Amino acid sequence: MAKQLIKGNDALLRGAILAGMRAFYGYPITPASEIAEAAAKLVPASGGTFVQAESETAAINMVFGAAVAGELSMTASSGPGLSLMQEGLSYLAGAELPCVIADVMRGGPGLGNIGPEQGDYNQMVKGGGHGNYRLIVYAPAFAQEMCDLTVKAFAAAAKYRNPAIVLTDGFTGQMMEPVEFPAAAVAPPVFDWAVRGDAATRPNLVTSIYMAHEELEAHNRKLMAKYAVAAADLPEHRGYLLDDAEVCLVGYGIVARVLRSVVDAARREGIRAGLFRPLTLWPYPAQALAEVAGRVRRFLVVELSDGQMVHDVRLAINARRPVGFYGRQGGMVPSPAEVLAVLRDPGKEHQSYAACV
Amino acid sequence: MQPAYSCPATFYKRFTRKDGNQETTHYCPGCGHGHVHKYVAEALADFGVADRAILISPVGCSVFAYYYIDAGNVQVAHGRSPAVATGLKRAHPDAVVIGYQGDGDLAAIGGNEIIQAANRGENYTVFFINNAIYGMTGGQLAPTTLMDMKTSTTPAGRSAGNEGFPIKVCELLGALTAPYYLERVAIGTPAHNRKTRAAVRKALQNQIDNKGFSLVEVLSPCPTGWKMKPVDAAKWAVETMPKVFPLGVIRDGHDLDLGHPRRRRQVALGELPKVLGTQVPDVCALAECGTPIAEARFKISGLGGQGVLLLGQILAQAGMLAQRQVTWMPSYGPEMRGGTASCNVIVAPEEIGSPLITEPTVLVAMNGPSVERFGKDVVAGGTLLYNASMVPERPSLPGIRIVGVAANEIADSLGDPRVQNMVMLGAVLACDATVSKDAVWAALPQVVKSKPELIALNKRAIDAGIAAVK
Ligand SMILES: Cc1ncc(C[n+]2csc(CCOP(=O)(O)OP(=O)(O)O)c2C)c(N)n1
Ligand code: SF4
Repeated sequence: MAKQLIKGNDALLRGAILAGMRAFYGYPITPASEIAEAAAKLVPASGGTFVQAESETAAINMVFGAAVAGELSMTASSGPGLSLMQEGLSYLAGAELPCVIADVMRGGPGLGNIGPEQGDYNQMVKGGGHGNYRLIVYAPAFAQEMCDLTVKAFAAAAKYRNPAIVLTDGFTGQMMEPVEFPAAAVAPPVFDWAVRGDAATRPNLVTSIYMAHEELEAHNRKLMAKYAVAAADLPEHRGYLLDDAEVCLVGYGIVARVLRSVVDAARREGIRAGLFRPLTLWPYPAQALAEVAGRVRRFLVVELSDGQMVHDVRLAINARRPVGFYGRQGGMVPSPAEVLAVLRDPGKEHQSYAACV
Repeated sequence: MQPAYSCPATFYKRFTRKDGNQETTHYCPGCGHGHVHKYVAEALADFGVADRAILISPVGCSVFAYYYIDAGNVQVAHGRSPAVATGLKRAHPDAVVIGYQGDGDLAAIGGNEIIQAANRGENYTVFFINNAIYGMTGGQLAPTTLMDMKTSTTPAGRSAGNEGFPIKVCELLGALTAPYYLERVAIGTPAHNRKTRAAVRKALQNQIDNKGFSLVEVLSPCPTGWKMKPVDAAKWAVETMPKVFPLGVIRDGHDLDLGHPRRRRQVALGELPKVLGTQVPDVCALAECGTPIAEARFKISGLGGQGVLLLGQILAQAGMLAQRQVTWMPSYGPEMRGGTASCNVIVAPEEIGSPLITEPTVLVAMNGPSVERFGKDVVAGGTLLYNASMVPERPSLPGIRIVGVAANEIADSLGDPRVQNMVMLGAVLACDATVSKDAVWAALPQVVKSKPELIALNKRAIDAGIAAVK
């Protein structure tokens, strides 16, 4: 079958349905609304349900209800909406329910603007809700990955009974690129822990309450053990020209695309640059990055934020190499030339993140 | 006469989910929750729907309703029960979904969720326990706390000036069109309890009969929160509370067809790729496939309505059909301002890095501002194609090839001013070899999925654009 030219957002939604998603509950917000608009058409046509919720709080709880019912369900939003969903995410993780949330990041804090930013990294990767939990986070950079990583997000969510995030940006969503979809749709799974309103699942209870302290600790330990397995199983990254690199650029999403161009331009000038692009932000591909640290002299992390991923890079390499940072915010995207100038002259790196390390 | 505490079949005989004493409930003596639990359990058994039942335990004293009722159970966040019910019921229209909420849960933190679920006419059943106080957290003000009533957060009594007035939930929901059944009852005397039991049964039967949203508000004693003896609390619930919250039916049925149950389309798995349009056949094998090219970066800019996005899309589609790497990116950030539209198309032999274009190899400027804005960015040796109909003076920019095409006049002469973008596309084909005319011909019907005569017109416009450059 041939590839088709399609927008990232459309690829994401189609990928989700092919992965077995049959319930979409959304609340409009730029730049994520298009996913809900596509869902309103395609999910019912695919035999599922679409409802526009009254708020992101309600949307995530409708997703919770669908997940309890044993469905693969999803929602899509952007920073302000994700802030409202943090409560639900904590409950979903606590009750061990699979689902997928697409976060099409925009500028913040507050209402910020609708430009592309990556300021939700901490909120999604470190967890913005209460308690001890993790979210599985995928970071696509191509329209093809908007489909493929969404499919993976559903598989990981189902496997680990945990919410998974597709963390993306307006660029990756708006961009059209050739995409080859999976030929066959995955049959929606049947979960034995679900509550479906039938005799088989009548004895089931889905809850995040463990009143006895020992029990909650045991439950949390079970979650941690699960996360440890996921941390060994799920990390993915892509490397570009890392074998002989002296400086390793690190970025995800749209930034990784810019950095690839930077690497090519740098090499034309004789700077041996390479690119490390995490596809999973949690679990972070720390081991692979640590291996790179054995070879390169320094790192330069570029983000559309104040340097939220820098910490994970430093942790991954155990601060064995200098880690520089260059970030733009507010919807500004650095040009390859701009990053190249930073690469040539490390003095231009932003050091602001150092204050919070 | 029925024994006072006969145990319904769907009430667990032993509360094995509970810590400590598994023989008794966790409720205080004289609490109204136990009665309502019993009526719910009894109705599920009597109606033979226990296997289909899903009980949603809220946050509040009834957070552990799942200790007691032998149904599928789920415990949810404070106030979110109606949203969770929506997700559950839409997934399983045949399930008997039961929301069970206190006044803090339903009328305060979950006020929006209940209104919206009621307004959607979700076909589920809500038991709303109004005890005028926050029981679980130790007796604080609730939205339904009576005027002058002392609670731990209204030590001098509820005042209109500080806390406003008690919320009458049934009346509030009664203002909506969709709810099917709304009734307020009370727990306290055998007669009141019997009415409560009847209302519980009716609300569940409505759901089983796919009638729609039913809510029963139960004025329910909370001796602990009210700091009263159980007998006094029972009296207060049936005598004092109804003065503010009148008992009775607020809504009993309507003839609206809300499409219950909300059944889904049946779609076979194998049909999905067709429904989603995810499988497209290989339509062409172009001669240029595999021939080497250099990376080309097209920026197409103009006024909104000049068709710049479509022009770019056809270029990208053609590039893809020729098995190149392509990206198409609409205008972004500051470029979007001022009514201008632009898009960036990259056609490359290898994986494309940044889809953003700062230095186009070809700039298609459909109007004057586009020339001014992006003209200086064109790489040395690159091409500026400008719409001479909109840009009267030939731009002077050093080091690049500059070609003017009177796209508007040409389009007009073809009988349709809208094809000016196709004329410019023709000019691109004449000036830049990245994408062949064959590829564009193959791409056209895939992008412009309109009538054949329009495609023919587009082709004429493209040919005219090519001719205008030659
Ligand atoms: C988000 C959140 N805020 C606050 C609480 C604390 N809390 C637990 S129960 C409750 C009030 C419950 O009152 P109500 O709904 O009237 O039920 P009752 O206990 O009276 O049966 C509150 C505020 C919580 N669990 N979650
Ligand atoms: S505090 Fe009130 S509502 Fe809670 S169990 Fe005791 S009497 Fe019942």
